[in-house]
Amino acid sequence: MNQNESSAAQVGPSIHSIGYGTYVLIWIGLVVFTGLTVVVSGVDLKPLTATAALTIAAIKAILVLLYFMHLKYEPSLFKTLVVVVVIALTTFIIFTFLDVLFR
Amino acid sequence: MALPAVAGSEYLEENYLTVKGRFRGIWSWLLSTDHKRIGILYLICIITAFLAAVAIGFLMRLEQLNMGETIVSARTYNSFFTLHGVIMVFMFIIPGIPAVFGNFFLPIQIGAKDVFFPRINLLSWYCWVGGAVLLIVALFTGTGAPDTGWTFYAPYSTRTGTNVTLALLAAFILGFSSILTGLNFITTIHRMRAPGMGWFRMPLFVWGIYATAWIQVLATPIVGITLLMVLTERVFGVGIFDAAKGGDPVLYQHLFWIYSHPAVYIMILPGMGVISEIIPAFAKRTIFGYKAIAYSSMAIAIAGSLVWGHHMFVSGQSYLISVVFSAITFLVAIPSAIKVFNWVATLYKGSIDPQPPLLYSLTFIFLFMIGGFSGIMNGVLNVNVHIHDTYFVVSHFHYVMFGGTGLALFAAMHYWFPKMFGRIYSKKLANIALAIEFVGFNLLYFTMMIMGYRGMPRRYYDHLPQFHTDHVIATVGSWILVAGLLLMFGNLFWSIFRGKKVGMNPWGGATLEWQIPTPPPHENFEEVPYIDHDPYDFKKVKVTR
Amino acid sequence: MNQTANVTSEMHHSDEIGAKLGMWLFLFTELLLFGGMFILYAIYRASHSHEFFLAASELDTFIGTINTLALLTSSLTVALSIEALRRGNRKLSITMLIVTILLGIIFMINKYFEWSAKIHHGIYPGGEVLLRMSDGEMLFFNLYYVMTGLHGLHVLVGIVVLSAMLLFITRGNQSSAIKLENSGLYWHLVDIIWIFLFPLFYLIS
Repeated sequence: MNQNESSAAQVGPSIHSIGYGTYVLIWIGLVVFTGLTVVVSGVDLKPLTATAALTIAAIKAILVLLYFMHLKYEPSLFKTLVVVVVIALTTFIIFTFLDVLFR
Repeated sequence: MALPAVAGSEYLEENYLTVKGRFRGIWSWLLSTDHKRIGILYLICIITAFLAAVAIGFLMRLEQLNMGETIVSARTYNSFFTLHGVIMVFMFIIPGIPAVFGNFFLPIQIGAKDVFFPRINLLSWYCWVGGAVLLIVALFTGTGAPDTGWTFYAPYSTRTGTNVTLALLAAFILGFSSILTGLNFITTIHRMRAPGMGWFRMPLFVWGIYATAWIQVLATPIVGITLLMVLTERVFGVGIFDAAKGGDPVLYQHLFWIYSHPAVYIMILPGMGVISEIIPAFAKRTIFGYKAIAYSSMAIAIAGSLVWGHHMFVSGQSYLISVVFSAITFLVAIPSAIKVFNWVATLYKGSIDPQPPLLYSLTFIFLFMIGGFSGIMNGVLNVNVHIHDTYFVVSHFHYVMFGGTGLALFAAMHYWFPKMFGRIYSKKLANIALAIEFVGFNLLYFTMMIMGYRGMPRRYYDHLPQFHTDHVIATVGSWILVAGLLLMFGNLFWSIFRGKKVGMNPWGGATLEWQIPTPPPHENFEEVPYIDHDPYDFKKVKVTR
Repeated sequence: MNQTANVTSEMHHSDEIGAKLGMWLFLFTELLLFGGMFILYAIYRASHSHEFFLAASELDTFIGTINTLALLTSSLTVALSIEALRRGNRKLSITMLIVTILLGIIFMINKYFEWSAKIHHGIYPGGEVLLRMSDGEMLFFNLYYVMTGLHGLHVLVGIVVLSAMLLFITRGNQSSAIKLENSGLYWHLVDIIWIFLFPLFYLIS
């Protein structure tokens, strides 16, 4: 007997079921991106190397978040929170750089 | 409209204090997952810690009564201010209101039976105890209490021979306590509000706890990793902040303050939440500008996370970022000011009942404002150059943390005491104690503000002749303040056991905790309440004295 | 109606979204814990980029890639395990869980060999070879040890947690599904952290 409120979010297991096949597809994507990032790192792009590597890493992370971690099918609150945390961390990095780069 | 059914409005003999559960005796407390009992456990612990830290502060002031070495050596004095800070910050103020009153009243105020994760709640208390034990061990073993200041700045903290490693471990575990509390409260507020209680029908105390919980969850890990890295430098020789190994000590300061500035909002937001409860209750009218106060709590949490560099204006950081931090620091004052305006507006044309909780709250507003203004002054770049690391800063943060959060904690104690223990204290003694505290407080800390402005540095065990009179005044002020504190705590402690019993709603409050029996029964509510009105709607309230 | 203290634990067993929310909040704390170190990495790399490149060439990209693939695959298998349990296929769930744990152990074994090799060559915090390096190289390796060390600790904890889940599921415990899902979330986070550590330490030469 629970006393949860009138919020729209349902109580109980999330209804949406992801198929085994989808998981394997995502995994293949992750492996491909891993290969890509290893290959790209061999090419000298000087300033873009870090950007490329981080972009690919971000894509992989987003795939894991959305599908393996089910974020795509969770209440939107969860997605919002992940975005908030990423923005917070990014802001801390940017501000710290505004110190170090401009001393 | 359905008020929860209440058996009678007198003192409830079978309540959360007397209920017989699975365990007997002391174990029924040490293994309890009842949020109310955990709140009491925290209360005992943090008041003990507070008194210990007050004693250290008292000794510090004694040292400064005379020039030269008075009662302790410089090295011991350094340990004194370190411990005073570590205990006050990590063991008293940060857990403070959330761990005691958040735990006790958050579930009741939203119509719930407990928090979402009761066992994690108990775990958070054990983390506090574990951290406290480690700290005590750090004091009395090996090379003795740390002497780095509570801020543990590298490179001194990575090199000094004192028990910094143990103290850091203690702080890390205490941080875990804070994180678990925050995590629990966020989940509780999102998932356990009674039917009908939308976000804007929650009491403002809950909003304060909510904003605080986010800072606890997001900021604490960063100081956790920072302290962990100082630990690895000490233990393994990892040189991340060591200039000799390519490191940058200023980066330690960045990481430290990225948490420790938001930490001060962990300290003040719950306090402001308490004031937002007390003012309507004793003006007998609804709060002015509910949404503004709710939003301002979130605004303070967000903006307050972007100003950490204002502790570092003279550290060598870039001029550009100093300007950015200074500008945002001014902005953070705005939501705080909104709260103050709204509290005062609530009093206007209210039916004022000058009970102790209200008087403590008004004192909060006065002292917090002095603290807030002096904070703005610290935020001005060219002024900061002169007052950084002086007693001006010490005065500022004591006004906001002690005059602010401390007073709010005292106000909360006097407000919710009858509900928690079913008895009332001597209101006369409470008011006298407040008056004594007020005199002592200002003698002590306003004198410091003047001293600091005139150049007296902080964290020095000795002082030059031109500061001598000020120091004597301040020390006498500290004696008066301590006397007031002892009277206040004595009054409350005695009244837990001997105070006159009271009923359900001695103050005539409107929020849910005043609609359930006193002291609360184990399950809080007999039936799940349905909420169909705003939290401070005094027309619908059942008042029983 | 009189409700006992047991109501709360029943409640949050049935409020899976709440339980999941609590887990996500914990994951945020982990993100920020590592985030602090990523801040340091970013700053030090920007100010010592050439020396970081030099130091990174000492790391074995091949082992790093194997480890990455191990963790990615273990994320797949734990997701499959959870899905299998939801569908009532306990046998498949248990099998996938065991594979996950094995992959985690493989990761730790690789890490052991990597670290031993480095330590053997005097490249460790306080080690004589390290102390003779340039500032940037020292920072690189100090960060390497702290970050991959803390990450490895988390992998270890994950292995323990997943093993406990294995026990619960084999014994037919009631709320295994949500517990496994939350454990899976933790494991995925450990994977995500490695997804960033891998290029930042192994792929910048």
